[in-house]
Amino acid sequence: MAGRTLYDKIWQSHSVGVLPTGQTQLFIGLHLIHEITTAPAFDMLRENGMDVPFRERTFATVDHIVPTDIRKRPFLDSEAEELIQALERNVEQFGVEFFGIDSMNQGIVHVIGPQLGLTQPGMTLACGDSHTSTHGAFGTLAFGIGTSQVRDVLATQTLAMDKLNVRRININGELGAGVYPKDVILYIIRRLGVSGGKGFAYEYGGPVIDRMNMEERMTVCNMSIEGGALVGYVNPDQTTFDYLKGRPHVPKGDGFDRAVEYWRSVASDADANYDEVVSYDGKEIEPTVTWGINPGQSVGISEKLPTPEESVDPEGVKKAYEHMGWKPGAPILGTPVNVAFIGSCTNGRLADLRAAAKIAKGRKVNANVRALVVPGSAEVKKLAEQEGLHEVFIEAGFQWREAGCSMCLAMNPDKLNGREISASSSNRNFIGRQGSPQGRTLLMSPAMVAAAALNGKVVDAREYE
Amino acid sequence: MSDIVKITKVRGTAVPIRGNDIDTDRIIPARYLKEATFARMGDYPFFDERFDASKKKKDHPFNDPEYKGASILFVNKNFGCGSSREHAPQALYRFGIQAIVGESFAAIFAGNCTMMGLPTVVVGAKEIAQLMKSVEDNPRTEYIVDLESKTISFGSQKMAIELPETYRTALTKGFWDSTALLRSNLNEVKKTAAKLPYMTGFTRS
Ligand code: SF4
Repeated sequence: MAGRTLYDKIWQSHSVGVLPTGQTQLFIGLHLIHEITTAPAFDMLRENGMDVPFRERTFATVDHIVPTDIRKRPFLDSEAEELIQALERNVEQFGVEFFGIDSMNQGIVHVIGPQLGLTQPGMTLACGDSHTSTHGAFGTLAFGIGTSQVRDVLATQTLAMDKLNVRRININGELGAGVYPKDVILYIIRRLGVSGGKGFAYEYGGPVIDRMNMEERMTVCNMSIEGGALVGYVNPDQTTFDYLKGRPHVPKGDGFDRAVEYWRSVASDADANYDEVVSYDGKEIEPTVTWGINPGQSVGISEKLPTPEESVDPEGVKKAYEHMGWKPGAPILGTPVNVAFIGSCTNGRLADLRAAAKIAKGRKVNANVRALVVPGSAEVKKLAEQEGLHEVFIEAGFQWREAGCSMCLAMNPDKLNGREISASSSNRNFIGRQGSPQGRTLLMSPAMVAAAALNGKVVDAREYE
Repeated sequence: MSDIVKITKVRGTAVPIRGNDIDTDRIIPARYLKEATFARMGDYPFFDERFDASKKKKDHPFNDPEYKGASILFVNKNFGCGSSREHAPQALYRFGIQAIVGESFAAIFAGNCTMMGLPTVVVGAKEIAQLMKSVEDNPRTEYIVDLESKTISFGSQKMAIELPETYRTALTKGFWDSTALLRSNLNEVKKTAAKLPYMTGFTRS
């Protein structure tokens, strides 16, 4: 009998049974919530007189709407204030642990789960946010869900789910200097398409992924959903265990040894059966930049922008040019940039800030650029300050902010204005995503954003390596 | 969650939204997610494509009086990709859409729709082109999306539609609002949980 994948193993051990619809009722080991997608879910519980039977398995924080400059309550934005108050009332009433705005554990939900050791291998995890796939870096089956599903998890700690196929994605060989995990995932999405992952869980592996540290694996898994895959994961290994050891929610002593034993057992077997396998060569991957209106519309830094005719979706490419205003065939190098944003659940961790600071050190942000660094969590901020990264950024002319989602989706006061062009380390370049319906977003690695900030245009950050 | 509502047929006129990869940020801009309930979402679908900065109406099928009252939405590939925000299907539903017919749908979006009792059904590229043309030629055309016979029909035409069998069962048997169903198994849930080593703090091997 062929071996099993991590996906199969976790699916099986978490299956409660088959529902009359044919779907599986799947137990959810960890539930993370934030202020945006939960209020109606709690309302529905109240209307139906339901409790939260596994309340100790849900943790809440605030990230999407929080201001990253002035944190004083009440927030200047009264809607944001109301939403945060609704969450505060709900966690209080239902007895859910909450990391509020003043907590040292506050931060983007996908940054704090791993940081606290809440996210662990061999677990199922759900959160009302599509980038929940981030947690897959730990060998966790992590699902982004909608508000009705948040209600289901609160009321039952389970979800009604259909099983996915598993596509193994190998990144072989090694990456060139100055090529980052962000470039790897942008490359994968470009090759497989923004809907290529539909119906699949992505298992990332191969030498390049094996050598990545946990923060780097999180960047890759984070954007699985941008490739259409609901779930993305990496098999847990020594790197995973070393990261988890000593974190607040990870067992200690003998408990840790028993945990490692379980964690090892959930990794895909060497002879596991995959529905599909694709392999890429790490050497083929360049620093990558998106030029269009979805994360699949990207080019390597040495390439020119595609013509609609070369594309599988000429209409989509035309629509992208209409919005962005570039010319087909133009180089991506030299594209002007007015705003630089370093942060988000994709690239707002310590390693990301270090990579950007290395380039910013001793240099100045271009006079035409508004540049922001927004740490992914209060803890990331603290650690970065201990290393003096904030001084590097401030001296170079970046704004140094408090933790939150910020300009990744612009639900707080950090927004693009008009037609501004943003170099962004976040994950979505959709029309209007960064707060201006006419605004334009170029996704790239934090190093590339830092280099763009210094130059006021897209440059090859490898010049600074 | 109280009475079981079975969804077997949606009948009505239609409205087409052309284009692949239409993401949920476009369906509902993030600023409307600040509202604590879904109550007003019906005012906002495609807001930035329908209105300019001074709130003046732009050319958009959802503004077009010809399509007023449509209950079926025709779309192309990978509709609803991006953010998991349920505000997107809520906005469409509260605007009046009761079924979406397209070439393909993003996973989280289709799941959200199903849980609201909003069927998302798939037809081929040729068929969607024909459907879009038929409604553009005559916006008063009536369509029937029938989940039991798995067809969409209009005039003398009939085409096959696809949707995951689990979603079809959920809708037609009235299990789409899943909370009560899941909650009826709480004892089983507790048994499954008790067998997971991390649920008992790894106290035994
Ligand atoms: S950083 Fe961006 S993508 Fe990540 S959770 Fe926040 S808004 Fe979503």
